[in-house]
Amino acid sequence: MDYIVPPGLYAVGHPSAEAPVLVTANYKMSYDLVRQQMAERDVWLLVLETFGINVWCAAGKGTFGTLELIERIRHSELAKLVAHRQLLLPILGAPGIAAHEVKKRTGFTIRYATIRAQDLPEYLDNGMVATQAMRELTFSLRERLILIPVELVGAMKVSAVIMAALAFVVSVFGGATAAVAAVTGYLGAVLAGIVIAPLLLPWLPGRSFSIKGAIAGMVWALVFSVFIGRSGFTGPTIFAALLGMPAVSAFYALNFTGCTTFTSRSGVKKEMRLALPVMGSAIIACLLLLIGSRFL
Amino acid sequence: MKGFTYLRKVATLKLDQEKCIGCEMCTNVCPHQVFSMAGKTATIVELDACMECGACAINCPVTAIQVESGVGCASGLINEWLKEHNIGSSMGDCCT
Repeated sequence: MDYIVPPGLYAVGHPSAEAPVLVTANYKMSYDLVRQQMAERDVWLLVLETFGINVWCAAGKGTFGTLELIERIRHSELAKLVAHRQLLLPILGAPGIAAHEVKKRTGFTIRYATIRAQDLPEYLDNGMVATQAMRELTFSLRERLILIPVELVGAMKVSAVIMAALAFVVSVFGGATAAVAAVTGYLGAVLAGIVIAPLLLPWLPGRSFSIKGAIAGMVWALVFSVFIGRSGFTGPTIFAALLGMPAVSAFYALNFTGCTTFTSRSGVKKEMRLALPVMGSAIIACLLLLIGSRFL
Repeated sequence: MKGFTYLRKVATLKLDQEKCIGCEMCTNVCPHQVFSMAGKTATIVELDACMECGACAINCPVTAIQVESGVGCASGLINEWLKEHNIGSSMGDCCT
């Protein structure tokens, strides 16, 4: 499927030389969102080549960037089409664009308008003044919810391999019941990290994502232990589950930092330095216990 | 950000107030309201809210702001570490 719009200058409605110029990425969804919001208006839309990536991610990678914007202004001969010298950019495009450079090299002044395209109509009607809410990032339950399917698909391949390996090894040494239990336990731990931790993010205790994930995983591990305890599994196996499962959930919750709108690179680095060795040790201890309980 | 805070005292954001000319660009581009104007110069009021996106630094016309920005997800960082140590990676890019 093609999610790319050819970069360049587009007219929405019948824009005059005085009409505002909005800048966006050539990810089809970004382009469509802005166009929908401007459906009843006459504006110019300058689409940058971001190779089908959204504004924020492209700005982070530098494709929604100063040089591309300057090139696109020149190439589209924008200066001949509009009488004014002002561009409206999405606030989340700012990490890629040096506004003063663009001004120096093209004469166009950049105004960072709003974060969300949905706020553009109100922004324009408001005399191009952004309210506090238009400049503030959020991370609502709905915003977190729509990210989860993408994360699930991303984790599917690795999880499938691990579950197949678990099922095979455990069924050889422990039989079918144990294999079903192992796969269920693992799958639950993955889901606790990918689905439950992001959904309950503001309410799970701690600032660290791995701790939030470990708590979600521990709750699942406790429920799971009660079930396998009833099915006749003994101390070491249960202890192994309580060690290994929260570690798996913690890893996936930690990975969710990449999807949030508020975590920093330095924070994630710090957390990884502290949490990865703990997770690794817990997994190793879990496996040793499982192997040990088989031979003791 | 309302309702969300990440680890404290880790953000690498630095503002040199001596250099600041008070253009207010940093207060305009920051999506977490980290900066505020204190008279004629900007000041950092919410360091822990900084997500190190780098928007303020690149848009500061007098380079008064410094921040180490970059990929902030676990798999992205793992890939970076693997590359640094020349270990082949099969995980691919996290967000192309």
